Formats: sequence, C-alpha cells, structure tokens
Amino acid sequence: MAPGRIRAKIKRSSLYTFGCIRPHVDSPDEPHQFRGPGFSRHVCCNQPQLHQKKPLKYCKNYISTTKYNVVTFLPKALFEQFRRVANVYFLFAAFLSLTPVSPFSAYSMIAPLAFVIGLSMAKEAVENWHRFMQDMKVNMRKVRVHNGEGTFSLKPWMNIRVGDVIKVEKDQFFPADLLLLSSSYEDGICYVETMNLDGETNLKVKRSLETTLSLDDDSTFKDFRGTVKCEDPNPNLYTFVGNLEYKRQVYPLDPSQILLRDSKLRNTSHVYGVVIFSGHDSKVMQNATKSPSKRSTIEKQMDKIIYVLFTLLVLISLISSTGFAIKTKTQMPSWWYMQAPDDEGLYDPKNAALSGFYHLITALILYGYLIPISLYVSIELVKVLQALFINNDLNMYDEETGTPAQARTSNLNEELGMVDTILSDKTGTLTCNQMDFLKCSIAGMPYGVRSSEVEMAAANQMAMDLEGHDDHFTRSRGQNGSEIELEAARVSKESLGIPIKGFSFEDNRLMNGNWAREANPEVLQLFFRVLALCHTAIPEFNEETDGYSYEAESPDEGAFLVAAREFGFEFCRRTQSSIFVRERNLSSQEFVEREFKLLNLLDFTSKRKRMSVIIQDETGQILLLCKGADSIIFDRLSKNGRMFEEATTKHLNDYGEAGLRTLALAYKVLEESEYISWNEEFIKAKTSIGGDREAMLEQVSDMMEKDLILVGATAVEDKLQQGVPQCIDKLAQAGLKIWVLTGDKMETAINIGFSCSLLRQGMKQICISMNVDMLNQNSKKHAVNYYFVTDQVVKENIKMQLTNAIQMIKLEKDPHAAYALIIDGKTLTYALEEDLKHQFLDLAVGCASVICCRVSPKQKAMVTRLVKEGTGKTTLAIGDGANDVGMIQEADIGVGISGVEGMQAVMASDFAIAQFRFLERLLVVHGHWCYKRIAQMICYFFYKNIAFGLTLFYFEAFTGFSGQSVYDDWYMLLFNVVLTSLPVIALGVFEQDVSSEICLQFPALYQQGPRNLFFDWYRIFGWMGNGLYCSLIVFFLNIIIFYDQAFRAGGQTADMTVVGTAMFTCVIYVVNCQIALTMSHFTWIQHFLIGFSIIAWYVFLILYGMMPPELSGNAYKIFVEALAPAPIFWLSILLVTVACNLPYLAHISFQRSFNPMDHHVIQEIKYYKKDIEDRHMWTRESSKARQETKIGFSARVDAKIRHLKQMLQKKSSVLSPRVATPRT
Amino acid sequence: MMNSNPSTPMNAHAPSSSSGGAGSPDSNAPRRNSKRPKYSRFTQQELPACKPILTPKWVISAFMLVTIVFIPIGLTSLLASRDVVEIIDRYDNACVQGSKSQKVQHIQSQTTNKTCVRSLTVTKRMKQPIYVYYQLDNFYQNHRRYVKSRSDNQLRNLGDENDTSSCKPENDANGMSIVPCGLVAWSLFNDTYSFSTSNNSQLAINKRHISWKSDRDEKFGSDVFPKNFQNSSFIGGGRLNESLPLNEQEDLIVWMRTAALPTFRKLYGKIEVDIEAGETINVVLENRYNTYSFSGKKKLVLSTTSWLGGKNNFIGIAYLAVGGLCFLLATTFTIIYLVKPRHLGDPNYLSWNRNPGGH
Repeated sequence: MAPGRIRAKIKRSSLYTFGCIRPHVDSPDEPHQFRGPGFSRHVCCNQPQLHQKKPLKYCKNYISTTKYNVVTFLPKALFEQFRRVANVYFLFAAFLSLTPVSPFSAYSMIAPLAFVIGLSMAKEAVENWHRFMQDMKVNMRKVRVHNGEGTFSLKPWMNIRVGDVIKVEKDQFFPADLLLLSSSYEDGICYVETMNLDGETNLKVKRSLETTLSLDDDSTFKDFRGTVKCEDPNPNLYTFVGNLEYKRQVYPLDPSQILLRDSKLRNTSHVYGVVIFSGHDSKVMQNATKSPSKRSTIEKQMDKIIYVLFTLLVLISLISSTGFAIKTKTQMPSWWYMQAPDDEGLYDPKNAALSGFYHLITALILYGYLIPISLYVSIELVKVLQALFINNDLNMYDEETGTPAQARTSNLNEELGMVDTILSDKTGTLTCNQMDFLKCSIAGMPYGVRSSEVEMAAANQMAMDLEGHDDHFTRSRGQNGSEIELEAARVSKESLGIPIKGFSFEDNRLMNGNWAREANPEVLQLFFRVLALCHTAIPEFNEETDGYSYEAESPDEGAFLVAAREFGFEFCRRTQSSIFVRERNLSSQEFVEREFKLLNLLDFTSKRKRMSVIIQDETGQILLLCKGADSIIFDRLSKNGRMFEEATTKHLNDYGEAGLRTLALAYKVLEESEYISWNEEFIKAKTSIGGDREAMLEQVSDMMEKDLILVGATAVEDKLQQGVPQCIDKLAQAGLKIWVLTGDKMETAINIGFSCSLLRQGMKQICISMNVDMLNQNSKKHAVNYYFVTDQVVKENIKMQLTNAIQMIKLEKDPHAAYALIIDGKTLTYALEEDLKHQFLDLAVGCASVICCRVSPKQKAMVTRLVKEGTGKTTLAIGDGANDVGMIQEADIGVGISGVEGMQAVMASDFAIAQFRFLERLLVVHGHWCYKRIAQMICYFFYKNIAFGLTLFYFEAFTGFSGQSVYDDWYMLLFNVVLTSLPVIALGVFEQDVSSEICLQFPALYQQGPRNLFFDWYRIFGWMGNGLYCSLIVFFLNIIIFYDQAFRAGGQTADMTVVGTAMFTCVIYVVNCQIALTMSHFTWIQHFLIGFSIIAWYVFLILYGMMPPELSGNAYKIFVEALAPAPIFWLSILLVTVACNLPYLAHISFQRSFNPMDHHVIQEIKYYKKDIEDRHMWTRESSKARQETKIGFSARVDAKIRHLKQMLQKKSSVLSPRVATPRT
Repeated sequence: MMNSNPSTPMNAHAPSSSSGGAGSPDSNAPRRNSKRPKYSRFTQQELPACKPILTPKWVISAFMLVTIVFIPIGLTSLLASRDVVEIIDRYDNACVQGSKSQKVQHIQSQTTNKTCVRSLTVTKRMKQPIYVYYQLDNFYQNHRRYVKSRSDNQLRNLGDENDTSSCKPENDANGMSIVPCGLVAWSLFNDTYSFSTSNNSQLAINKRHISWKSDRDEKFGSDVFPKNFQNSSFIGGGRLNESLPLNEQEDLIVWMRTAALPTFRKLYGKIEVDIEAGETINVVLENRYNTYSFSGKKKLVLSTTSWLGGKNNFIGIAYLAVGGLCFLLATTFTIIYLVKPRHLGDPNYLSWNRNPGGH
C-alpha cells in the first residue's frame, strides 16, 4: 500500500443498515470445483501475449454490429433483395427475357430490375457503413492499458485483449468484462452504474478479492501474474463462476468481482481490472439479440395487394394464353402469311397446347407491368426521406442534451400514424428520476406555495378551455377560479430564481431561518432533524459549489437532505457511528456543527415501508426518528402522538391528488433503560444464525417502531420529464390508450399515475393483487403441498377478482365513470397465463388507464405481446432502459428515449427521441403525415400500374393474343423508372393534408390512421377500379380514334408505333394529372416534378426519335414527323386525359360536399382564413377536436368545468338568457 | 440490436448527476450544436406551398371550362369530318364467286384471270387530293410472329444483307439471303388498281410520297435492291422491281409499317384531280392478294381528308359527350350547392360536431 495517499476513508460498503450489523460469516469459500464443458476459459492475467495463439486465442475486443462486410455484402444483400416475392418474379422474368418467349427485349427487363435492386442495395450499403462507423466510434474509444512495464498507456478499446490489465477512471465505461482487482477505495470496492444493462439507476457495489487489494498502484502490476479459470461466455448477467489462481492459491470468484462491459464506474476515482471476456464474448454482447425486423401494417396489407395483383396477372395470362391456343389451333393454319408452324414451336397449330403453355410464360412477363417494379424501391426512398425529416425536425430536438430525434429504421414511419396503444416505461421516460422537495405539512400546517406541475398544467388547461367556450365566461373574470389559479401558477414560475436540484420548495415562513418564528418551532426543528438524520446517504463535498451534495440510495432521500440543507440543517459528515449536522441554532441563528450518535438503523424494505434511526444527541437524549408510508406510520402512532393527524391526513390527500409522493415523519423519545433492553434483543436477533434471523429482526424492529408521535409529512415531486402531462393529455385526446409498465413499486406508480393524470380523484381504481395474508395462512396450513395449493388458490382468487371487475365495468351506467386498473408483477404472472390472459385483457381494455407495477422486463414484453395480439391493434412501446428492450422489440413500434445515458433501449428501438413529450409530435404530426403519404402513394402506385398494364392486355387481345406489345420497349422501361415515379415520390415525401400546427391543434385528426381510413380495402379497390377505368378509356378511345382512318391531312394512316405512342402519351398525361388531383399540397417541387414527368416524356420522344434508326427503330422521328403535326394527336390527349380524370374529380367533389372529412373542413377553414377572422370558433373547435377520453388532465378538468359551467350558466342566464345555450 | 455503444460521446454526460450538475457544459457546447439539425424550410417541411382546395366555385368552373372547351372542339371536329368524302368498296367477294375453297383455288392459281372491274359512284364532290387506300380485314399484321419477322438493318444497309436471323422462315432461299427478308415483306400486298372516269379518261394515281419521308430517307436504303425475293417455293404476296432501290419501293415501305389492328387501311396512292359529284369511277383491279384463306375482307377506299384526317366522327362525338357530361355535372353541382349548400369551412361538419361523443 502506498503510504501517504489520500483515500476515501469510509468503508461505505459496510456502512449501511442490517448489512453492517450482520455478523460477517467468514465461511472460507471453497474454490469452485468444475471440470468439463462450459468452464474451459483460461485467462492469464497480465500476459495478454499468451492469448494471441491458439488454444488460448479468444475473440478480440473489436465489436461489429454490421450486417455485411466487404465479402459478404454482395451475396447477402442480393439474397435480402430477392426475398421479396415481387423481385423474384422480376428476376425470373429477366432470365426469360433472354429466350424467344419474351415479348420484350432483354435490356428492357433487366435494366429496371438492375436499377431497382441496385438502388436498394446502395441503401443497404450506406446503412451498413453508418453502422460500421458507429462501431468504430466505440472501438476507437481509449482506455488505459498496462503495457507490461508497470505503466499504463491509452489504447483504443478494440486493441484490448483478454488478460490485459486495465485502469478505468471515474465515469468511464468498462471496455470489456473485467475482473476487479482493486479500486481507489482501501477496501477494494467500487460503485457501478448498470443502467445500460438493466435500466436500474441505483449504483451497485462491486468488491475485489482481499488478496488482490494490494495491487493498488500502477507500478505494482509490473510483476503481477495470475490465472483465471472460469465459465465460457454466456449471456447471463447475474452469474459468474470462476477461480483466480494467485500466488499459488486458488480463490473463488463470484459476480461481485466482475465489472461488465458498458456499465460505468461511478463515485470511485479509478479501478484496476483484468479483461476476462472481450468483444463479442462479453456478457452484454452475448445478450444482444437481433432485433426482429418489423414491418408496418400497411406494408403487410400491401403484400396482400401484390398477391391480388399476382392473381390478376395469372388470371389474365391464362385468359390470353387460352385465347392464343384457340386462335393458333383454329385460325393460324389459315393465316398463310404467318407460315406456321415455326421452328421453336411457339406458334404451332398442331401442338396448340404446348404453344399455349409457352405463351403463358410470355404473358406472365408481358403483364408484369401490373406489378409495379419500382414500388418497393420508391417506398424505401420515400421512407428514407421521411426519416430524414424526422431526424431534422427542430421541434423534436432537445436543446438540453443536444439530441435530435432519430428514426433508426425507416420501415415504420407510417405505422406511427396508426398507433392505438402506448405502453410506457415510467422511470426515465415519464419521470426524470429526480425528486424535488415541494411541500410539507408540519405540525398540521401546510407549507410550500409552489404548485406541482400537474396543478399548473390543469390550471392552464382549465383557463384555456373556458376561454374557448365562450367569452362571456371569461369576461366575468372575478368569479373565475381557474384564472386566479393560473395567475398563481405563472407567478410561481417566474419567481424561480436559480433552481436547486431536488428542491423546489418555496415558502418564506420556513426559509432563511424564519421557521423559528413559527408557532411550533420545536416541532419544526424535529421535522428538519428527521430529514437530516433519518437516511443512509453519504455527503460529498463539492469544491466548485462549496457545498455538499449527497449520494443517496434513492432520489427522494437526496431531496430530503437537500431540503434539510436549505432549511439550515446541513448534513455534512458521517462516520461509522455518528452523523454530523451543521445546524442553525434555534435562538442565536448561528450555525453549529452537532454530532448525533447513530445507535441503530432500521432499514427500509418494501415490506416494512418505513425506516428508522435511533440516535443520541449531544444532550444524551435518545430519539427514534422514523419516516415511512403514511398508512404505516399512522397505525403506529401513540395516543398522544395524534395531535396533527387530522390536518396532516387532509394535506396528504391534497398532495396525493397533486401527484406528489408523500411520506409521514414521526419520532419517539426513548428512555435509556428502555433502549438498552431493546438493544439487547436486537443484537441477539442480528447475531442469531439461521433462517429466522430476518423475521426476528423484523419483529424486534417492529417492537421499537410504535407509539410514535407524528411530526408532519413531506411531499416530494417525482419530477416528470418536461411536458409529460401535456403530452399525455394530447395523446389521450388523439384517442391513444396509455399503459404504464414500471418496475417501481405500486405506490410510486400510483403517484405518477396521478401526476400524469392517468389517474384522478373519482376514478375507480381496480387493484388486482394477491391476498398476502391468505397466502401466508395457506402456506402455514399446507406446508406440504405448498406450491400446489397456493398456486391454485391464488389463481382462483385472481380469476375471481378479474371477473368481478369486468362485471362491475359492464354494469356501470354513468358515462363519465372511469376505471383504472392497477396490477403488480406477481399477480401479472398469473394473469398472463394462457387461461387468464384474455380475461385480463378484456378488463384492461375496459379501463381508462392501466398501470402495471413491479413488472420484470420479460413481463413488459409479454404484456406488450398480449396487447398486440389480443387487440390486433398497433402498439407502441416507449422506454429508456435496458429493461425496456424486450418491450421495445416486441411492440409494433419501439421508441427509445435517447439523451440519457442508457443507450440499450435506443439501440433496440425503431425511433429514438430525447424526451417523452416529443412523442406527441412524432405520432400526431409525422405519424399522421407518413401514414397518409404512404397510403396514398401505394394506392396511386397500384392505380398507375393497373391503368398502364391493362392496356397491354387489351391490345394483346387484338393481336390474336400473340403477346405483341403496342409500346416500344423503351417507353415501358422508362414508365416506372422515370416518367411516373417522381411525382409519386414527391407525394410520399411532401404531401401534407394539414399543416403540423393543425395536426397538433386537432389531435382528433390522428384517428384517421388507427381507423385506417386511407388504406382500407374499399379505398384500395376504389383505386384499382379507377385504374381499370382509365385503362379502358385510354385504350379504346385511342383505338377508335386511330382505327383505320387517316389521322393526318396528308392521308397517312396510323401504324402500330403511332397508336402506341399516342396511347402512351395519354397514359403519361392521365396518371400525372391524376396525381395532381390527389395531392393537396403543392410546393415548387411537386409542380416541378409533375411538369418534369410530362416534359421528360416529350424530350425523350424527341431525343429518341433523333437517334439513328438502328436504335430508335420504328419510333424514329415519330413525334416530329408523324404525331406533332397531327391535330388529332393533341385532341386525343386532351379528350382522354379529361375523360379519365373526370370520374375521380366528380367523386372527390361529391365526397367533399356531402361527406367532408375533418381535414377537408379544416383545409377550408384555413383556405378562407376563417381561423383568423373567427378566433373563437377556431379555439373552440380545436378544443373539441379530441377523442372522448377519461385520462389526461383535460378529462380531469372536465368535471370541474362542468361544475363551474353549471354555476356560471345559472348566473348568466339570469343576466342574459341568450347565453344559456346548451353545451355538451 | 443490442449494440454495445453505451452512449454517444461520453463527455456529454460527464458531469455526473451526483455532483450537483456543476460540470462544464460550455466545453460541450460546440459539439452539441453540431448535432442540432440545421434549419431550412425544406427540412422543417415548411416550404411555401399552394394548397388548392375544391371549392364549389372551382368545381363548377372546372366542369364549365371543360364544357366550354369541349363542345366547340366537338362541333368543329364533326364539321371537319362531315366535309370528308369517303367511298368504300368491298370487292373481295364481288370479284371472285364461289365457295371458300374455290376462291382460294382461284386466287392461288397462277393462270386465272384476276382482273376485276368495279364502278364507284361519287355522291359528293371530291376535292383533290383524293387518297386511295386498300383496307384489309382479319389480317393480323400486328401478330408477334409477323411483326418480329423483318430485318431493319438489312433494309437500310447494303452491308447487312445477311442480317436475316430475325426473318425466319423467310430468311433465305436457295442458300442466299432474301432482300427484303421476313414475313412482312414476303406477304406484300399486291392488288393493283387503276381508275378511269365515266368518260373513260384515266385518273392518274400518284404513288410517290405515300410513305413517311423518314422511312424513305433513313430506313430503306437507296443502295439496297431487292434480291432473291419471292424465289422460294411458296410465294407470298407481291414481287418487287429488282432494279429499283428499296427506298423507292413505296408500296413496300407503306406495307412494312405494320398496322396496330387486324383491320387496317394502307395508302395506295393519290388522285390529284377533283371529282365532281355524280360521276362514276371505273376501277380496274388485279385481285391477286389472298385474303380468302382466312376470310379477310378487301376494300378499296377513296377518301379526301380534312385538317383532322379522314372521316372520323368519333372524336367529335366523344368531345361532345364529355363536354355534355361536364355540363351535366356542372349543373348538378350548381343545383346541389343551391339546394343544399354546405357553408365551406363550416365547423358543424367536423366529425366531433356531427356525432358528438359518438366516436
């Protein structure tokens, strides 16, 4: 040990609670005895060079998450492309185009396919490259590695090998799975944050072996040698089995010596460790699961359409090949000019069946234009651009953390517009996991004037609603309660000053020592002492701020300490036996440091729901200070300790309603003798060895914590992320259901439920839980068949609870009644079983809000799957931690909260946003747009290809079904790729039915997505019908016009090229005008692209015609010489274009005038600027534009509003009867 | 993917939450800003856009506009079409009598006299130029086998004489390439017509420039002469004058432009004198082309043209129909808007106002 080094003196590890009191049973651990498979790893510590050769060569610390590398890219990416059935078809067609069966030349089949596949593969390559760069960023991170000479140098992560000794400094991530050798603390402990692994925010203690403690300096590693034999790489995060051979002795290793990759060193200045598992062997990488590739509902439906089209394709192919066979058999022999049969048997009247079969293949290729080859690639392109918009949205950029939103996959953009249920994690998603001391009630007096976020939000909403309802109401300002509340909220917001983390309390009566002038200063002092003493935290002096900050087990404890500090009770030091507090003297107002002897500490457990300390102050008085859940504390009050009970209960209810977390504080004065006798028992209990120890300890503690005297209560705000209540409110108005799945305990979850307005007063809470008492009784009575009986009984019990609750909901008459389902993890295990889950789902669907607490990550995923599969609706899971990964992967859409440190959720997610509140914009704006865009785009795609493809079929019928195409190969080649694809891409990228502000103002518009109004079969078939109609019009009008007559004054008649070109020109016009009618939002880009498509066709036609006839064939000078001077050509274009688009125009006009959809009306309002002329109508409508919802603070305010309105209505009806119009 | 990127740059979060948040955010500021999306109207989807909506005014004006444009066009087209005088004479059955097999025998025989005389009455004055067409029916010039059976290169270039692979089976005869090869050329139409008026004055037929100029100039070589044509055992249609280059064989050029439909007309020539109404035209024709095998009709057509081309009532009618339909729609919409007006942008039509509470 290096002498003279300043070290953390406290052995924190043994400070806390029962742990420190517990006798250290030093049962000398036997080294693990393991042989055989699964335990073959052999690590030579500090000799990484030994691991360069087999058999000890382990994988490098280089990680790669890329899909392809240089070699595998081509085959793998190609394989991916041809997993799409349409692409296989086109590939097949391309092969066949090399044979004489093909109706087209080979290049016209292969070129578009190559283009489309090439584009998709280019996209894959770019994505892969990004992934590679991301990997490299991690791989290139530097860490200090021992270089064999007793010194450490920085090396990139990827160069770390098994056996390397590594020095990790504070707040750095571990680059690989390490064996902890020593830390900057004397006792070799270190604190680790495992948020990336399991989402838990509390720090975990890791402890090195005693024997390696001496390796605490860089130079000591020069001669360090050791061997670790351990298990093979596996994904289990919480187990580790291995032995360390060091100095000829074998020491067993367990998980507490293992530092896992991607966890972070906290509160410890540095640690030394040996790399055991590197790179992909590390536990976190072993845990990596391939995220399931998700496909959006629309895409799945699109597949069905493709199948429909394939059926149609096969059908018309069969028709045409039958027709061909018949024609060939019966008429071909008489067509002497054909000289049938030919050599290849393609036109053999004697063998018409075979010829018919050949023709079937021809036909299948010929009508391939029914299936849009460029559909996939266009959709992909559009989605990438849409994702770009999401990534670049400044309204989803978090200034604080500097994180923009990120669409990690672009597959699901449109799915964002169809979400029905949101499953949300709590900590880190809804809340910041930061507690703010907000209010308190001491001696029956409420303190703290700042309103909670919920109250503020509600007040805001209330004022807004009233404003919107009628200005008569707002004019009568004086009487309007909410106005005043709002003012108060505003004032308090302004007076913020410099915010102190964890402390938002505001009340001059207590601040700056003013409390001494209050009515009961002794009680107040006691209250503050409880705050300052009853905890397990450790102070840390921060030189920069010249003050203390606290490292506490839970954030509310931290908040208490900060509060105590601000009140003048600064907890500044703790030793094993004492707590030092700098206190403001009651009389002199001066600060003195007081020592309180810590006699006992009775720990907090979720079962006890309280913690106590027994302290002795400087005067020798022994006190028990206790804090705990109000119900528990109130049960334990002495008769004379209930002075403030009534007032405090009232305050606690208020706090609860305001969404605050409450605890009651109490104390008790102990006589020395009383304490001594109790302490004996306590010591006896804690030194006892055996299974009953816990129970005994609990019992003894129980004895002590009674006859308490109530001091007061605290209200801590579990700080919600910014804008969460508003966002939830909006989402609820958009008709989304929100479920909260949290690992937290029930009380916390309920509190958050209140603060997010998922719960409110007057909502009926259905708590499904296991009856613990019954369980215990059972277990005692039937000790033998414990498991069997309890399982059965519990299940029956839960089933009954579920059935009752469902019954209750069914029988409910009041339309405003709302139910909330609260269920905990243990119960959920039963409720998720096969036979109960549907009942559970029924119940959950019937409830306005659902809160699942204490759920494991796996259960989160299971619940998600249940909702997804049970309701068949689209689910979205949002979370921030690794514990949400399962849920995020299971849901139709997974959203990760980025910006916080845990990236696991983000990595698994499809979309990453920095704050929960961005979800609103992501869904209501981007989701809505993307859904409509993609839906319209796909419909249009099918339309245009049907309109075009069927003309080929009709024409073929006129050629004796011979498979001749009327169009030049080049026309068709360009049709999908250039001439019609750009406007539809513009539609998919830029279309906006209403602007983003309106989307947000009218959340009800969102419902168009979940109800799938724009991609139902009615609409799809409507579009297909339109395509059919257009194909008929295009073909037959042209055919009749160019039938046999001269089409020019010069007497020339039309040949096939003329007819084909005219017809094709009509198709181009028709589909491009159609898309112009479809769009409602024209930027210059749309104008340009539609114009471009049509002009490009002419340009192509002219250029193609100018090429020498070797290339252009019959199209040589077709436009310049033959068509352009013919008036009938232009007349036919005009006629056909108008005739084709007429029904659609009439249809949408009728729709609009008789059955306008919401966005139509809103467009009109905007168009006529009515929103500016009539602001009241606008605000009224936007406040009405919401789904009936029972959650969110709007719903919460509703009841109040109703009440208020009734009052006002009475009043105003007296003043002026005109106002008293009935309102909902 | 459960990637192991624990976080993007670590220093962004370096000030640990426990240290009171007194880190050094300033040093991170530039890096943070670098992630901030750049503002542009494009990326924020705020490009200026026109958002036309279908107001009744627009709808009715659109339909009326179509009406106003279409009806005159329709009328003009009909007028133009009415000016065209067209005489159609089907002669295949008139020239050969008997059963189908007899007809086929007759037409295939080398010896029979195939001359046939028809007389056409002109009902209306025909102004020159009068175009002479032959019209075939049930002849699949658009059949894939037929269409493909030609060699454009051979027609154009002297050097590509042997480029006949696409011409099978009419690619060579007696071991030599056929020029022009292929079924299309081989089945060249070979009926001929000569016209005289009732006073026995011959009506000259101008057969020059009945084909597209580009065909003559670029697609059919001036140095390519017919060779070995119709020399195989099975003779299809017409023969060619072997002393004329292909680009002067305009009948062939016209024939090689395959028609789109099984019924088609092709230009035979022009009569460049006016013919008065009431006059009778005597046609002496050589009825050589075999359409009897497949029961195809043969017609002789004399027609003048207007600016619109030949006699084509359809386009006029179609224009009138669409125009009329639009007028009907415009009226319907007008009536609808008058009878049951929907105040545009009337919030009462919003779904939440139409069925309150009933979502």
